[in-house]
Amino acid sequence: MNKRLVLLLAALASALGAADSGGQLRFAIQAEPRTFDPHLVNEDASGMVRFLTAGVLIRLNRQTQKPEPELAQSWKVGQGGRTITLQLRENITFSNGSPFTAEDAVFSIQRVSDPKNLSPVGDSLRAGGQPPQAKVTGKYSLSVRFAAAVPNCERLFDDLAMVSALAPADPRVALGPFLVKEYKAGSHLLLERNPRYWKKDAQGKALPYLASIRVEIQRNRDMEMLKFRRGELHLIQNLDPDGFSRLQNAGAEDLGVSLNLEMVWFNQAPQAALPAYKKAWFQSREFRQAVSEAVNRDDIARIVFKGHATPAPGPVSPGNQFWSLKSLPPPFRSPQAALARLRKAGFSLRGGQLYDPTGQPVEFSIITNAGNKSRERMASLVRQDLGALGMRVNVVTLDFPSLIERISKTGQYEACLLGFVYNDLDPNSQMNIWLSSSGTHPWNPGQKKPATPWEAEIDRLIVAQAAEPDPIKRKATFDRVQQIVVDQAAVTCLVYKNALLAVQPGVKNVKPVVLPPNALWNVERLYLEGDALRASR
Amino acid sequence: MAWAVVLAIVAAALLAGFLARAPHDHQFREAIGERPSAAFPLGTDDLGRDRFSRLLYGTRVSLLLAPAAAAASVIAAALLGTLGGFLGGRWERAVAAAADLTLSLPWLFLLLALRAVLPLNAAPWLVLMVTFGILGLLGWAAPARVVLAGIREIRNADFMLAARARGVSSWRLFAAHLIPNVWPILLAQFLISIPAYILAEANLGMLGLGVSESTPSWGNLLRELENQPDLLLRPAERWEVFVPVAVLILAVAAFHILAGRDRVEVSR
Repeated sequence: MNKRLVLLLAALASALGAADSGGQLRFAIQAEPRTFDPHLVNEDASGMVRFLTAGVLIRLNRQTQKPEPELAQSWKVGQGGRTITLQLRENITFSNGSPFTAEDAVFSIQRVSDPKNLSPVGDSLRAGGQPPQAKVTGKYSLSVRFAAAVPNCERLFDDLAMVSALAPADPRVALGPFLVKEYKAGSHLLLERNPRYWKKDAQGKALPYLASIRVEIQRNRDMEMLKFRRGELHLIQNLDPDGFSRLQNAGAEDLGVSLNLEMVWFNQAPQAALPAYKKAWFQSREFRQAVSEAVNRDDIARIVFKGHATPAPGPVSPGNQFWSLKSLPPPFRSPQAALARLRKAGFSLRGGQLYDPTGQPVEFSIITNAGNKSRERMASLVRQDLGALGMRVNVVTLDFPSLIERISKTGQYEACLLGFVYNDLDPNSQMNIWLSSSGTHPWNPGQKKPATPWEAEIDRLIVAQAAEPDPIKRKATFDRVQQIVVDQAAVTCLVYKNALLAVQPGVKNVKPVVLPPNALWNVERLYLEGDALRASR
Repeated sequence: MAWAVVLAIVAAALLAGFLARAPHDHQFREAIGERPSAAFPLGTDDLGRDRFSRLLYGTRVSLLLAPAAAAASVIAAALLGTLGGFLGGRWERAVAAAADLTLSLPWLFLLLALRAVLPLNAAPWLVLMVTFGILGLLGWAAPARVVLAGIREIRNADFMLAARARGVSSWRLFAAHLIPNVWPILLAQFLISIPAYILAEANLGMLGLGVSESTPSWGNLLRELENQPDLLLRPAERWEVFVPVAVLILAVAAFHILAGRDRVEVSR
């Protein structure tokens, strides 16, 4: 009897202990992290490392999509978003044992704001073209003043890693749950638990549960899936629909509609090196609307994404719960209506070929990035849909750098099929898309002054919402932007992709969400159990 | 037998218009990924396109352009290789160096750059021709080295020395003694190059750089397998997906057999 009791207690202890030594989590990323300096991050792989290793003052809860206290235990926004005062938690130390104080927080803000450091995070902190002024107001308190009001300014701190004023560029001196232990280019990145991480669970146990994380650098997604099936990897993020089908019975999960939009737009730049008659098509609202009405988005969602996508009525996904314009009706599709619209605009259909009012046959190319099967397939479906209107469409796949060169620099393209990948919910993060002066404004980048009245209106609204402290008024202003984009068919929104991932059943506490880093947002509370734990040792 | 296989494949490709029941690019959207049936002998692909029709038209593209590219490279190799080999000395060294240089070129990047500079509205057939043309021109180096080596051997053969000793002119040496002896080498190189170009197109197709979307080729037909590596473990379940692979293997094997037989005849 006593022996049984001992065994039972041992089993119980083992189960409880699982969360103590949660093993080594393994997953893969497709690209090398370009930097371990959290202030210089400008791509996904480094962003992932920053999320796992860096501490921030305020963290956006990926589940509720609301900001929560992190290293700052409280904050107060003043003067309609021009100032924010933050109260830090006390007795928190960096991984090297040095204390974290307001000096470090101010240093971090000043470091990203210094133009010499070219920090992308610093760019997002600028308001009214000026960097913020941060000031120590006590050992554990600081205030930040922006040159202009920044609505929801607390959200800006989600990407702002706190670094030590004494060792700012040392990735081993950090405040996050993990520390960089080893990096072998082309092979893997090993992160180990930060023994001085400040968070504890409800029972008072130190977090994180995981002992380490091994991030493999694996460009081949088939290999990634094979390793997942063999139990060598514990999770796969950003699965494509084919991968999802293959792992459907092996832990694949559809999290529902993501923030990402797939779309087509036409080159509307007046200075584009295109024949005048083509520019006239692309600048014609009727033409763009006819294209939008002819595209069968249901087929794209069903055929290309195997049902893991939603036809897109507008530019902001319902995955962005607060900011999407919910009153937009479902996308309207009617090839007959599209043709009628084109006829009204002077186009004519003869012998299966559409001609413009000057007698030119309507023929154009859609470029997309080579190797992206979903986009190639979408372009193929769009081609046939537009073919039904008598438009002849050539689908051209280009390597990504060539494509970017064409759409952002040379302007030598006619239409482009690509996606918006949003990593942030706030419309302020979309300034680079909607402002006509932006170099990444899709259909006509870098305008000195808005080429059309409706673009001028978008400019005015997007700037106005950025300065509006009242969230309800901001929302109404941004709704208007979305409505204009739809009314003008500025871009033809196709589908919102679903967030697809796969997780081994042995990974516990996983609560995947549509916001990146999907399954890892609560990484400090993840642990492995059973086969996954044994395999990780 | 090898000739029969090649002829059968060529005939099927040429008769694609009669044999195929549906246009190769039409999407039957209510029949996505269908199994073989009377309507679709090889089923439909992920976009609902008739796989049989695509195979026939794809064969036309791959099988007509690969020999053209092979011919281009062998002609270039013949010109440079025979001249360099016959003239010898610095000419021979120059051709050999040029061949080495060409072989060291990262041709994949050249093709990437080429596609990037081609007009976007270039017709698919033009893109194809240019791509294969460039492949053909870049492919001269390997056969040129073989030709160069062959000529060197022939140049120093006893019958050539005897002809020179009798005072035969250089032109006659070249035309009457050298070319007839090089011809079998060129033919063998041509036959060897065809499968190489077929595979090159297939590889480019796998990278999304070869034949553009909607135009079928063996390369982009093979891309179907890219998404379904699990099928390799149980090919009987979806045998129709493997038909393009089988046709490709048959064609490549047939050309290799023909080239091999030709080499045997040369050595005799």
